[in-house]
Amino acid sequence: MASLAIKATNLAKWFGEGDARTMAVKSVSFEASFGELLYIVGPSGSGKTTLLSMISGILKPNSGTVLVEDRDIWMMESDELADFRLNKIGFVFQDYHLFPRLTTVENVAIPLILKKNDWNQSLKVASEYLKIVGLEQRAALPPVKLSGGEQQRVAIARAIASRPDILIFDEPTASLDGDTGRKILEFVREHILNETRCIIIVTHDSRIFEYAHRIIRMEDGRIIGEEHEK
Amino acid sequence: MNGILRIAFKLLVNDRGKFTALLVGITFAVFLMVMMTSMFAGILSRSSSTVTNIGAKMWVLDPAVNNVSSSIPMPDYVQDAVRSIDGVRYAVPLYSGGALIKLKNGVYQAVTVIGLDDASLFGRPELIEGKIEDIYAENGFIVVQDAEITKLGNPRIGTEFEINDHKGVVVGIAKANISGLFGIPTLYTTFNRAISYLPSTRFTASYILVEPKSKSDIPHIKQEVNKLGYQALTDDEFIQKISNFYKYQTGLGINVMLMTAISFIVGLSISGQTFYTFILENLEKFGALKAIGAKGHELVSMILFQAGFTAFLGYGLGVGLASLIIMSAKLRMPDYAAQITNLNLGIAFVMVLIIAGISSYIGIRRVIRIEPFDIFRG
Ligand SMILES: Nc1ncnc2c1ncn2[C@@H]1O[C@H](COP(=O)(O)OP(=O)(O)OP(=O)(O)O)[C@@H](O)[C@H]1O
Ligand SMILES: [Mg+2]
Repeated sequence: MASLAIKATNLAKWFGEGDARTMAVKSVSFEASFGELLYIVGPSGSGKTTLLSMISGILKPNSGTVLVEDRDIWMMESDELADFRLNKIGFVFQDYHLFPRLTTVENVAIPLILKKNDWNQSLKVASEYLKIVGLEQRAALPPVKLSGGEQQRVAIARAIASRPDILIFDEPTASLDGDTGRKILEFVREHILNETRCIIIVTHDSRIFEYAHRIIRMEDGRIIGEEHEK
Repeated sequence: MNGILRIAFKLLVNDRGKFTALLVGITFAVFLMVMMTSMFAGILSRSSSTVTNIGAKMWVLDPAVNNVSSSIPMPDYVQDAVRSIDGVRYAVPLYSGGALIKLKNGVYQAVTVIGLDDASLFGRPELIEGKIEDIYAENGFIVVQDAEITKLGNPRIGTEFEINDHKGVVVGIAKANISGLFGIPTLYTTFNRAISYLPSTRFTASYILVEPKSKSDIPHIKQEVNKLGYQALTDDEFIQKISNFYKYQTGLGINVMLMTAISFIVGLSISGQTFYTFILENLEKFGALKAIGAKGHELVSMILFQAGFTAFLGYGLGVGLASLIIMSAKLRMPDYAAQITNLNLGIAFVMVLIIAGISSYIGIRRVIRIEPFDIFRG
């Protein structure tokens, strides 16, 4: 049995107060292990992004706990939490959030630079990661010159460049065509996933369900079911 | 350079359009502020050129006098009274007044005539040509070789002119220190010749120049002169009095201050707004950095660096541009009065710091408030 990466217990999150209050996540508990590729799926508004944010140290839950490698992340101070995100978590945002004014390789180097690595060293490491995602030729271009699928791979390279234990993808294929989406997931499963890493993907996209080890289904802020790879 | 600041630098500079707009805004504001205040500084320093050029340690004058050229003559007893004050080494009269002279070619020209005490020639100028004793020669006048001398048709020693139906002869050419404000030539002669050639009131001495025995005698001399109903000022105090007159009583100072304030506001609004748009456009990116793990103070340092870098570069460009223009203007127009002082540079610098401070404050407030969760949700 692989070791536990994340243990979320009774997580709840609501927005607004009084009559305007919406319960985005209602008492959700789940675990994720290293070496696992876990999907969270469900209809729009079911609380997937909210849940993802709570387990990655971006959004503080109203109740419940999140243990990452046995540490309760919501007991941390804000700077400590920033360091936690920087060192433990890699994010791939739905619309990538690459910096148009930086080159592709500089984009990938950002987490390394934030970790106070020397500039040139960071660029060197970043170009190795660009190579992993097959974009070493594009290093000097601004990301806007790349196709959607290529930008997604740059975002992945940036997320893994700081060698995080946990990778978080929100709708990674939403703006890609089916083929490109499948290729990205194939690539993630073959080259990015390993025994010391846990990858959690939120998606609507049923075309890529086949790559999951496990799928958690959410509806209306709750987990309503779970499927394992056949 | 720290890597985070280097990212900040690239985000700023690679956004060519906004960076240029920011720089232009600040450069323009600094340029205007420096030009305005330099012109004013030049005018102020020229307005008291006579005080500087004469070089007396103390001046006795009518309290109502607020600039050198509009002197109010004092009766002779004042001079005698001042002479007998304890601590006065000597006291001599100075004549200062305007006159109209007629050049050989028939042209009339306004001049300033300074009459030096006959016995001591106290306040005498440094001569480039001729001997100072020749000032005693018949109809002798000394011409100052400043930017205005051309208005006398470039006189040489021996050049003749008419002054109030008297003959005048140039007997020497003096070196100019600071030129006057009014763009007219200056002639030196003796006190007695000045008052006999030029129409004078019953009283004749415009000023009494005093050399105290020592610095410590100055307060006592002032007190005694006050008792006579006149005012004794050190040269610095007199210069200050003249500046204050131009600053506060002529509208000149208020106008310059207004223009400087307007330049500041224009600079602030151009740069502040552009910087704010820049921050807004990059807000999501700052949010993404926050999500990835940048700390609040790191984002703050990025913004301060961006604002500070633009401000200092704009300051340098603005000051450079102003110096260039003033220098080339001086080459073409010797009369051009602008003068960049440390105070001007300091004022512009403080203004630029305020512009940078306000712009970054607005930016920082926005960036600190972004929730990475909102970025995450898209
Ligand atoms: N900042 C907020 N203020 C108010 N309500 C919010 C906020 N963030 C999320 N919600 C609400 O919480 C619920 C869950 O939102 P969430 O973004 O987690 O859904 P999701 O499952 O990710 O949906 P999608 O598939 O559309 O991304 C929704 O009803 C949403 O409107
Ligand atoms: Mg979502």
